[in-house]
Amino acid sequence: MSEQRVAGTAGMDVGFFHAWIDRAGEQVAAEKDRLTALDAAIGDGDHGTNLSRGFGAVREALAARPPGSPGELLTLVGTTLIAKVGGASGPLYGTVFRRLGKALGEAETVDVRELATAFQAGLEGLTKLGGASVGDKTMVDVFAPAVDALRAAAADGASAGEALSLAANVAEAGARETIPRRARKGRASYLGERSEGHEDPGAASAALLWRALARTAV
Amino acid sequence: MKKLINTPETVVSDALAGMAAAHSSLTVDSEHRFVRRAAAATAGKTALVSGGGSGHEPLHAGFVGFGMLDAACAGEVFTSPVPDQVLAAARAVHAGAGVLFLVKNYTGDVLNFQMAAELLEDEGIASRSVLVNDDVAVEDSLYTAGRRGTGATLFAEKIAGALAERGADLATVAAMAEQVNANSRSFGIALGPSTTPAAGQPGFELGENEVELGIGIHGEPGRRRAPMAPAAELAEIAADAVCTDLDFTGDAMVMVNGMGATPLIELYVVFDAVRRALAGRNVWIVRNLVGNYVTSLDMPGFSLTLCRAGQDMLELWDAPVETPALRWGR
Repeated sequence: MSEQRVAGTAGMDVGFFHAWIDRAGEQVAAEKDRLTALDAAIGDGDHGTNLSRGFGAVREALAARPPGSPGELLTLVGTTLIAKVGGASGPLYGTVFRRLGKALGEAETVDVRELATAFQAGLEGLTKLGGASVGDKTMVDVFAPAVDALRAAAADGASAGEALSLAANVAEAGARETIPRRARKGRASYLGERSEGHEDPGAASAALLWRALARTAV
Repeated sequence: MKKLINTPETVVSDALAGMAAAHSSLTVDSEHRFVRRAAAATAGKTALVSGGGSGHEPLHAGFVGFGMLDAACAGEVFTSPVPDQVLAAARAVHAGAGVLFLVKNYTGDVLNFQMAAELLEDEGIASRSVLVNDDVAVEDSLYTAGRRGTGATLFAEKIAGALAERGADLATVAAMAEQVNANSRSFGIALGPSTTPAAGQPGFELGENEVELGIGIHGEPGRRRAPMAPAAELAEIAADAVCTDLDFTGDAMVMVNGMGATPLIELYVVFDAVRRALAGRNVWIVRNLVGNYVTSLDMPGFSLTLCRAGQDMLELWDAPVETPALRWGR
């Protein structure tokens, strides 16, 4: 793995993204019970278990076939999540990572603007597949504002560390903002008004991924 | 939690191994977790593939066999199968005439089957997907993930399966499955929650004297909670919900389905009450099923499914079927 961690104007390389995914997997495992409890309240109580299983498979896949570029790594993450997670979150997260990977192509390093553009593609894949809009109480409530914040910060010339930290703050706020909302997509939507007052588990796990990314860049 | 399992992580694969051992007419692919007919596919037959989360047994693997499904994919408990499983199952049973996917309308199932269908198309295998969405408990389908697929899945798998067995092409079989879905409605009532092996505790709480009206098959809540009542009243509520949504006046196929922990004696009590409730609405039961077919692990309760029975559908319903959970006429 590369020594590259501080990614200012310099590029983020495959080692950086590998470190992000490792950290994300650790976070998901550490928060498995919280995610599952959130899902038990308004879904079917398996989000933490499924996602943790998925990131375990990702770690094995990355170890078995170490990817040579950020794009290749993120594509493999996406393919593995689609193959292992099941439910709605497998295809949705998998699509985000695959789109990220595809957008980054074969570049060996990525700067913050390129990453922001790639996340925009990931977000578009997510909304196209899942059909959710901001406010539906889903992971889109986290991804959409976080990608906007990342793009804005990148346009202002922020470093990767600054931009991703801002994006993670917005992501966490987005997850919290799902609490009073009524679910309009996914299994929680069947609850109607009874879904109000609970944080959306997909939004919560998405915020974890954004925070893991920000911490990797610091 | 007391369950007859070894570990929560292995419950699906352990059950599939038992299923393979119990039914020589089935072959289980333990790597990709799907069940198929042991007999080779008839060349030129439209293949029927279904699947979903585990925990609804006998749905779907119990309906694999002559006259019904060619293969069924088993996801984790209450979690849809992944695209690789669906793809492997479709490849295994494709017999040159395309594949019909019968999918219950849940976000996870829809997305995973959709991805599998796209991958299958890349391989040059034609497929069609029919979504089953018969649960009338979901009233506000514009602002939800839409109506859930429940009991009508069995009717669609049986009737479309019989048509495929007769050699009908993919488009014709898909149209029939859609026709069955369009003519079917369901409503479920839970007396208590179910417990998934992974969670180890009940999915929701229900008071000693409460029932959940409009329950989903994963314990998703329905329209409202109500006080426990005699079976006749609960049957009346279910019949009313179903018949208010679609006019069933005339002949109907009816299923009174146990959710997993309801004794058969109680299901017969419910069926008798349903019969009376339907007769009061000029709905006449011409075929019936009473038993545990589309379950929710160990949930106590029942669901009622009605399907408007045209002559073509009745004839296909009566056609021979030989699966672990449904068998007649052969």
